Amino acid sequence: MRVWRADLHLHTCLSPCAELTMAPRTIVARAALCGLDAIGIADHNSAANAPAVMRAARGSGVAVLPCMEVTSREEVHILAVFGELDAAFAMQEFVHRRLQGRNQPEIFGLQVLVNEEHDVLGFEPRLLAGATEWSLSEVVERIHRLGGLAIAAHADREAFGLLGHLGLLPAGLPLDGLELSPHTSEAEFRRRWPGYVGLPLLRFSDAHAPEQIGSVATGFRMRQVTLEELGMALRGREGRAVVTEAAGPWKN
Amino acid sequence: MTLRELVEALGLEILEAGNLDREVTQAYAADLLSDVLAHAAPGSLWITLQNHANVAAVAALKELAVLLVNGRRPDPDMLQRAREHKVTVLSSHLPAFDIAGRLYQAGLRGAQ
Repeated sequence: MRVWRADLHLHTCLSPCAELTMAPRTIVARAALCGLDAIGIADHNSAANAPAVMRAARGSGVAVLPCMEVTSREEVHILAVFGELDAAFAMQEFVHRRLQGRNQPEIFGLQVLVNEEHDVLGFEPRLLAGATEWSLSEVVERIHRLGGLAIAAHADREAFGLLGHLGLLPAGLPLDGLELSPHTSEAEFRRRWPGYVGLPLLRFSDAHAPEQIGSVATGFRMRQVTLEELGMALRGREGRAVVTEAAGPWKN
Repeated sequence: MTLRELVEALGLEILEAGNLDREVTQAYAADLLSDVLAHAAPGSLWITLQNHANVAAVAALKELAVLLVNGRRPDPDMLQRAREHKVTVLSSHLPAFDIAGRLYQAGLRGAQ
């Protein structure tokens, strides 16, 4: 068992708010340079660019998990982490069933579908910046039903963060972890939310530009990078653990 | 009433001017972007405490002017996007209910 460094919240050029330079090979090269063992491709309400990054990462030593940053009806962002593309695309189908609106690229930004060579395959027409009509509990339930992990994204942030936006952790919402905003340290978070106990605190970069990749990351003590091992680390089972303070933030 | 007249009548702060000479007759108060996308009448004044970049994008899409409440300031990226799309961003030190009441007194009406 060892500590694997993971940054499970990266956007690609598919997210309207991300830079167009967030291309598969750029992301993988940057992740390898930062010494990351695992990355998560988490575009807003879509997993469509995850396969390209997974192909780009072959032989790089960087494990790529297909993820998604889902916007619930309450306008809270949930980071869904999956181990397999099938599950990620099943989640995408669920999300798109109740996602209204068409993107207007000149206002929200381009949503570029690419292959691993950064060739443009097309443009996603849905409004990925929009909110689904699924509630938080429906989103979390579906993630779990598909075998994924549900993490409250940048939970302390007022814009789209679970605690910042709703002001509380809804009772009975079975989340697997709480991600802090990249600039919020665990100590700062605990000062702001002094009564907080429970879910493991995670720090990922939420990178929208290449230089942000790996700027913060979280260590996971486990046997290998699999969804199952990550789940065990989040629950602190059988010697697996989340290693935040000791391991991060990493400077490049 | 023009936006400029509202600014003067209610002591609002101009954070991004956009077009202050345009007429405004309706207002809508909400903090969920999806609700504003679905229900705000185009051209309205949007009363909100949300201050991130997507607020400017939604405002641009529906040709809304934004009025931030509680003296809140826009995030830098919201201000930049408002500038790009010529979205008016105003601010009031009053909470949403109080400023909505004054806007109503000044003659603005809701979407209905």
